[in-house]
Amino acid sequence: MPLNAIELAKLFHDKNPGITPGHRMCPGCAAPNVVKFALMTAIAKGYHPVVGLATGCLEVSTTIFPYTAWNVPYIHNAFENVAATISGVETAFRAAKKRGEIPPDKKLAFFAFAGDGGTYDIGLQSLSGAVERGHKFIYIVYDNEGYMNTGNQRSGATPPGSDTTTAPVGKQIPGKLQLKKNIVEIMAAHENVYVATVAISEPIDFMKKIEKALEFDGPAFIAAHSACVRFWRVNDDKAVESARLAVETLYWPLYEVERGVYRVTKKITNPKPVEEYIRSQGRFRPLLSRPDAKEIIEELQQYVTSRYERLLALEEITKDKPLRGPWAKEDFQTDEHAM
Amino acid sequence: MPAKQALTGAEAIAYAMKQINPDVVAAYPITPQTPVVEYFAKYVADGVVDTEMIPVESEHSAMSACVGAAAAGARAFTATAAVGLALMHEIVYIAASLRLPIVMAVANRALSGPINIHCDHSDAMAERDSGWIQLWAENVQEAYDFTVMAYRIGEHPDVRLPVMINFDGFIISHGVEVLETLDDDVVKSFVGKPIKMYSLLDTEHPVTYGPLDLYDYYFEHKRQQIEAMKHVPKVFKQVAEEFEKISGRKYDLVEEYMTDDAEYIMIALGSTAGTIKHTIKELRAEGKKVGLVKPWVFRPFPKFELQRILNGRKGVIVLDRSASFGAEAPLYEAVKSALYEVAVRPQLGSYVYGLGGRDITPAHIRQAFEDAFKGYLIADEERYLGLRE
Ligand SMILES: Cc1ncc(C[n+]2csc(CCOP(=O)(O)OP(=O)(O)O)c2C)c(N)n1
Ligand code: SF4
Ligand SMILES: [Mg+2]
Repeated sequence: MPLNAIELAKLFHDKNPGITPGHRMCPGCAAPNVVKFALMTAIAKGYHPVVGLATGCLEVSTTIFPYTAWNVPYIHNAFENVAATISGVETAFRAAKKRGEIPPDKKLAFFAFAGDGGTYDIGLQSLSGAVERGHKFIYIVYDNEGYMNTGNQRSGATPPGSDTTTAPVGKQIPGKLQLKKNIVEIMAAHENVYVATVAISEPIDFMKKIEKALEFDGPAFIAAHSACVRFWRVNDDKAVESARLAVETLYWPLYEVERGVYRVTKKITNPKPVEEYIRSQGRFRPLLSRPDAKEIIEELQQYVTSRYERLLALEEITKDKPLRGPWAKEDFQTDEHAM
Repeated sequence: MPAKQALTGAEAIAYAMKQINPDVVAAYPITPQTPVVEYFAKYVADGVVDTEMIPVESEHSAMSACVGAAAAGARAFTATAAVGLALMHEIVYIAASLRLPIVMAVANRALSGPINIHCDHSDAMAERDSGWIQLWAENVQEAYDFTVMAYRIGEHPDVRLPVMINFDGFIISHGVEVLETLDDDVVKSFVGKPIKMYSLLDTEHPVTYGPLDLYDYYFEHKRQQIEAMKHVPKVFKQVAEEFEKISGRKYDLVEEYMTDDAEYIMIALGSTAGTIKHTIKELRAEGKKVGLVKPWVFRPFPKFELQRILNGRKGVIVLDRSASFGAEAPLYEAVKSALYEVAVRPQLGSYVYGLGGRDITPAHIRQAFEDAFKGYLIADEERYLGLRE
């Protein structure tokens, strides 16, 4: 079902996208937009969102006691366990529903938001476990490519050559040496899952994917490009632009994988060179003054190009070949129980 | 009608949980806890309970899922031991600070390293300041009874704290004993429905759990936790009184065994109390005035009870099944500190025993009592029972 634009506009107008203004994220940070697109879609589709957050910028800046920017039920437990935590909430919901404590037609949508550190690194086990178990929840990583809350340290999501405090660009070493971990493919490999990448520069694509995730009969994982204006060293009006550039340079391809079936949702016919993306952000400036900058950028260019080609090929060969059938968990659960 | 059954401690706890029929169980296998979740998983698979079980990928996630479930108004249960409890550590504190009345059974086992699967109390002692209520069972019966009582204590509006039921690994978890179980409907009506407060599923009244809490409020919140713990003795006694009515079994913060006229009193947690009682009977037959105090509740620490009981005795021997490297053993330290305030302080002795499952025998207990009879207890000296020096 297409999203109701009037309903969305009303939600925006009423300032009820689940998260209110007045939080303490840096002005221009992309992360709150990621939250808004996700929750607005859910609310517009008649769901009551319940939100779990991992420790990180978004969490610390939206809930300093006694204030909270959340007007939907919210839980922050710790850094590495948002998936396990929301799996507990979702299970409690199923238990309550089974026992008739919740109206059968009430639709709740369970969201887990985490940064890249809380997802690629310390939270990977908890995430993998929750997805493998098949909980009905939507996990959204707002990927700002570093531990920003603690002041820009390297994570498994940090791109090569980016200047961070734990892998700084030095006289000897050109910053982080490794490419980004491919979290999307790791999550897609769980097979019984809907996985997608999104960017705030493509709101319709973003919200359609959330809609799909809501209606998917199993867990969903969404990776959102999420500029950190502070540590990427870009102006605070550049978050959307940097998302757009990421998409246009193939740095952040927009695609989805539904039970193994790939679909590139935005085809880029004339990609811009990835160097344009690199040059637009201050975090790469120290790299650019090094003699080996060209090589490092070239390596990244080759990587993004071949990854994109591979995605197109996967789209072709996985067409109509889902890896698993729909989640059939409910089928073997009976409503009657001998006590 | 109460029934006599021969069960292991693990099965007895699972059986009590079956009667309680909690909303959510999230657990991960670890020896010697594993049979608790195995028995329970069977109840779920057979449809005997309608609990939702989460077979998590780690203990860290077990406690995390329990936190999520309890915050969503569910009765949540987990069980673990040793390194599994240590892996949960971070979330054990968070569960208490979010005031979530989760129940967890701990089959006490030595912490690594080196790795060891047998009983000691180092796992639970590492969590003694986490804000959980700690109950300690001596045998299978007590493990069952505490499981039946736990939610009533933790969920009480004046308390709202998680409860840890400690039962010695292998000795209780795998030892078969005859116990008396209650009828399903008796347990059901005793435990009642959970009091749901601030549920995450109540979307009409959204709440924020776990905000960033800095120097302007954190301290007050810790003070509230301190106060909540102070309410536990009163609530425990109320629940114990009600439990006595349905079971005929009487519980208090501490159990006193032959203490009335005792000149020398031993203090210990868990299953070793059984061995001590046996030895006390022998010593009594020889005319020795000896007794035992066994804390059923270790957190909150039953300081006033111990002060009342121990004031003016000749000697007090504290047995610890865990060490505190560089300081006095945990139970001893707490008892010693309590005795600072009594009018007539007894002689005090500290005995560490049974680490990593080392056997403790009546001969060891006799040896410690004999030190006391000779007036040879030194408050500042840690001694070891059953250790090769
Ligand atoms: C167990 C644990 N280790 C470390 C930390 C410190 N810490 C808090 S937030 C954070 C970084 C978060 O990074 P990310 O998940 O990418 O979110 P961001 O802040 O970038 O939005 C770290 C290292 C912690 N809170 N808990
Ligand atoms: S530091 Fe970066 S990620 Fe954090 S709030 Fe500021 S802009 Fe956003
Ligand atoms: Mg980050």
